Amino acid sequence: MADTAAAKGDAPRRKSLLDTLEVDTRLLGMIGAFVVLCLVFNIITDGRFLTPRNVFNLTIQTVSVALMATGMVFVIVTRHIDLSVGSLLATCSAVMAMTQTAILPDLLGGLNHPLTAPIALVIGLCVGALIGAFNGWLIGYLTIPAFIVTLGGLLVWRNVAWYLTNGQTIGPLDANFRLLGGINGTLGETGSWIVGIVAVVAALLALASGRRSKKAHDFPVKPLWAEILLGAIMAAVILGFVAVLNAYDVPENRLERLFEARGETMPEGYTEGYGIPYSVLLLIIVAIVMTVVARKTRLGRYIFATGGNPDAAELSGINTRLLTVKVFAIMGFLCALSAAVASARLTFHSNDIGTLDELRVIAAAVIGGTALAGGIGTIYGAILGALIMQSLQSGMAMVGVDAPFQNIVVGAVLVVAVLVDILYRKRTGAK
Amino acid sequence: MVDRSGTPLVELRDISIAFGGIKAVDHVSVDLFPGEVVGLLGHNGAGKSTLIKCLSGAYRQDSGDVFINGEKAKIDNPRDARGYNIETIYQTLALADNLDASANLFLGREIVTPLGLVDESAMEAETRKIMNRLNPNFRKFNAPVSALSGGQRQSVAIARAVYFNAKILIMDEPTAALGPAETQMVAEIIGELKRQGIGIFLIDHDVHQVKRLCDRAAVMKNGELVGGVVDVDKVSTDDLLGMIIAGKTPEHLAA
Repeated sequence: MADTAAAKGDAPRRKSLLDTLEVDTRLLGMIGAFVVLCLVFNIITDGRFLTPRNVFNLTIQTVSVALMATGMVFVIVTRHIDLSVGSLLATCSAVMAMTQTAILPDLLGGLNHPLTAPIALVIGLCVGALIGAFNGWLIGYLTIPAFIVTLGGLLVWRNVAWYLTNGQTIGPLDANFRLLGGINGTLGETGSWIVGIVAVVAALLALASGRRSKKAHDFPVKPLWAEILLGAIMAAVILGFVAVLNAYDVPENRLERLFEARGETMPEGYTEGYGIPYSVLLLIIVAIVMTVVARKTRLGRYIFATGGNPDAAELSGINTRLLTVKVFAIMGFLCALSAAVASARLTFHSNDIGTLDELRVIAAAVIGGTALAGGIGTIYGAILGALIMQSLQSGMAMVGVDAPFQNIVVGAVLVVAVLVDILYRKRTGAK
Repeated sequence: MVDRSGTPLVELRDISIAFGGIKAVDHVSVDLFPGEVVGLLGHNGAGKSTLIKCLSGAYRQDSGDVFINGEKAKIDNPRDARGYNIETIYQTLALADNLDASANLFLGREIVTPLGLVDESAMEAETRKIMNRLNPNFRKFNAPVSALSGGQRQSVAIARAVYFNAKILIMDEPTAALGPAETQMVAEIIGELKRQGIGIFLIDHDVHQVKRLCDRAAVMKNGELVGGVVDVDKVSTDDLLGMIIAGKTPEHLAA
């Protein structure tokens, strides 16, 4: 019958190492490109690119775009686009800034009240999700193309933000709120090691439970050594990342000030590393949650099914209109989260916050392998895409490339990345 | 032989549906008994697909009623139809090409763990079971369905319809895109489902195929039924062709 050819292909054969490990070769290619990029910059800058300090800065600079890129994956997978994310970020940032500087101090009595940051954050997240849901309703139920709705949104929300703040820079923001910004809030060395070890244990447990569930149904599993090798690589990467961030020492005079604030004197030769910034921890949590949503929930299934074949999804009883609302609500929520990180990093809300972020976010998702035709995309790919873009940008700045050339290179890289992706998909026969 | 003495499984009674003044289906009545295959024949645009979409929930009829097991049924969307154990295999197969066989089979009806997460292993195990029954040569459980052959894709679509205890199956040109061997496979599956007492509406162009696979046939032309639902053993392929092309009821049935 027609299937014999396929059956033959399944006959036992010698597999390569990569096949045995069952890793995504596309992911491997991206990681390879990223590593090459880092090494090249490191050589040109005489080793200044891969210092703990620069790695630390790179990660906190990436967070804002990477957070939104995870949401953009869902938007693009369902065959939509969101051009309004940068403007939505500005509106959410304005709302949060006004809440914590103009409204809450009067209500709670004074600045830096412990409740100020959480309340401002919750209000911002609600506003973001609601605006996103509204966009989704226009697109899903009123069937206005997403391109138009969000192109309009690009203008509308940018200027709503302007109106809310009268165009002023709002700051300084609440001290607790600023902890989200990166360098102003980190876990410290011990906390970072704890998080790192918890992450390693969780990763190993996930590998083990995946293997157990496959075995329970008598599916073929990887050889045990491959599983162990994979686990060892994951553990090494996680702990290595923690070690690098811990190796970036807090400047001496800053430590001195910290000790003074506590009424102590700093011991001679005392050092302390920054560790993992809260914002990076936030990104990691969002990445895990979004990956679980994409792969392990009905919502994720329906997002990918709708992207693959909207008619089939509809005929399978999926409410694709409501799905659109949900996808854009998630996008709006992430814009608000990103707004909190971005404004906390600056320590104030500025009128131009998030300008052109929509392009960076879309580029990150696309470089990360999200297909504009829909149905294909991964969360980790989008984050890696954001990291690659940020590395390029700051690497070039470090080398001293002129600003116009920086943007020319980033634009060209976007186009070339998509071309490489198309060629790769053709060669591997994937769609 | 099909026993037609009891209540029909499905009765489409006096169905009409118009699109902007054009009567796509004009007062058509068709019935279907358990274990029976009723063929729906006609040119493109004759109204057969439109008629059947009233049963599958994709369209809503302007007038007329659908009865399931003698009781009036309210079918407003595909979800309602599934509630009556009506499953449809669309001509386009309605598969999400980027997902694998088990994701497509369970689309909209996933098996979930107590935590509410989709249970991939359980779904794949179920998929392997049913595919073993329908198409024992099927192996590509982890490939997206875009990588499958026409016959394999068809068997995924059929598996999806059969797995959830379909009582009424609608097949819209199931063999249109298939080669001879795969067509034979579909014919065998239809025979198997008939023996299980499932009622099948088979929409097709090919009169020979209808003669071979169906018990009765309904021919539509310009939205109307030509000569009622006829027993395929009492008409020749020429009679059927005459009904399709000229809309002419054979003389020996006209009386």
